[in-house]
Amino acid sequence: MEYMLLLVRDDAEWEGLSPSEQDYAGIGRWWAQLAQQGVLRDGRELKPARTATTVRWDGAKPMVTDGPFLEAKETIGGYGVIDVPDLDVAIQIARSWPARGHKVEIRPVVPREQ
Amino acid sequence: MRFEARLADDTLAHVFREETAQLVASLVRLLGDFNLAEDLVQDAMVEALEHWPDEGIPNKPGAWLLATARRKAVDRWRRDARYRQKLTLLEQPAGASQWPAVDDQLALLFTCCHPALNREAQVALTLRAVVGLTTAEIARAFLTSEATVAQRIVRAKRKIVAAGIPLRVPADELLGERLAEVLTVIYLMLNEGYLASGPSSPARHDMVDDAEWLCQLLVRLMPDEPEAMGLLALIRLHRARAAARFDSHGRLVLLRDQDRSRWDRAVIAEAERLLQAALRQRRAGPFQVQAAIAACHSRADNWQTTDWPQIVALYDVLLEVAGSPVVALNRAIALQYVRGADAALAAVDGIVGQLDGYYLFHATRAELLRALGRTDGARQANLRALELTANPAERALLRDRLAP
Repeated sequence: MEYMLLLVRDDAEWEGLSPSEQDYAGIGRWWAQLAQQGVLRDGRELKPARTATTVRWDGAKPMVTDGPFLEAKETIGGYGVIDVPDLDVAIQIARSWPARGHKVEIRPVVPREQ
Repeated sequence: MRFEARLADDTLAHVFREETAQLVASLVRLLGDFNLAEDLVQDAMVEALEHWPDEGIPNKPGAWLLATARRKAVDRWRRDARYRQKLTLLEQPAGASQWPAVDDQLALLFTCCHPALNREAQVALTLRAVVGLTTAEIARAFLTSEATVAQRIVRAKRKIVAAGIPLRVPADELLGERLAEVLTVIYLMLNEGYLASGPSSPARHDMVDDAEWLCQLLVRLMPDEPEAMGLLALIRLHRARAAARFDSHGRLVLLRDQDRSRWDRAVIAEAERLLQAALRQRRAGPFQVQAAIAACHSRADNWQTTDWPQIVALYDVLLEVAGSPVVALNRAIALQYVRGADAALAAVDGIVGQLDGYYLFHATRAELLRALGRTDGARQANLRALELTANPAERALLRDRLAP
């Protein structure tokens, strides 16, 4: 089964950390290990939510606005897509996510039509 | 007539309890779909309820239910385009699964108590899929509507399928925390059954019975888990007192006032042996400590000669391993008999705020205030306690205390 791991963080808090606290080397090792195990399908870090642009519709008319569609302290800072046998394995992987101050939301991915 | 009908219900309930988990697990393995498997078992049980009371229970009720469930599956698939393909799923002989039957029951229990399901869903689903209660029985036990319970169960089953919650006993590194989830669910059944906190009946014997059955199953399947044994000992120690908990008018009798000659000494002795076996494994946990406290009460001839210093010491341990305001309150009650009502009241007042909505907090304060001769304060606390419980037995008790 495929799951998307939504890596949730507070952008301001994350940017306030020192490079050693952010530990991108450790995070890189985590991605590398998943790739090595053959379970990683995709995964990226996202730029902060303040860089977001949202398109919404007012009736049939598209409107472009600055910022994320939801003004929230916590936003999605990245994602990973993994392919593992079941939720327990996904939970184990989510638990090993090394970055500080994060939450990881595990969402099953709708399978592609065969 | 009524009695006979009730007896038949109980017999059916026991048969369902023995068969359901195995049946659900076998069908999940066969069909790979938890939601469907559970629905089919429920359908088969409804059909059994139509036939068995008149025709009698078949010799092999499990086989009868499985055959019926398979027939129901065929009925459901008849209109499906992939009918033939799906039928091949059913062609494997029943019980051909590579997993032994005991693991099936255990795996199902862990699935129903998976932490990805909320607590209410865990309890409802366990009662239905593992214990074999109907939605109506669960609703009655929790004083909620059938629709609410049905919705909880449907959501939980869908989540199991959609989120990929596995049907298996968790790996060793997860076993400890997952077992704690299962034990908590059983403990909630015990609590709900033992001290049903609402109107209608003062106690629901059946839920305690179900909790004991489930815990016994767990101990049999996981004999090296001291916390499971501790919980089973705790359940039995409570059951041993059942006959003394209500007087002839159905009024609740508190532990201190119970006629201890009516306690079931054989059950207590058995529970003590179980607890000792658990403690020998030297892996203490909250359920073993709670059982130790209950056992300490069971050993005393009366309230006054209870080993209170020992009970306070055990509550100290419990506060450390599983502290909560309610544990602190119980410790304060015991403290009264070691260091006096003054010290106990100070301890109780130290937890105010967190327990303001809990009737026992105010009932306890009322007692301590009365012991200290502060009758006005005691009366006010009793009135507050009365506002906070709907249980008729508890209300009667509090009203007695308020009477001049």
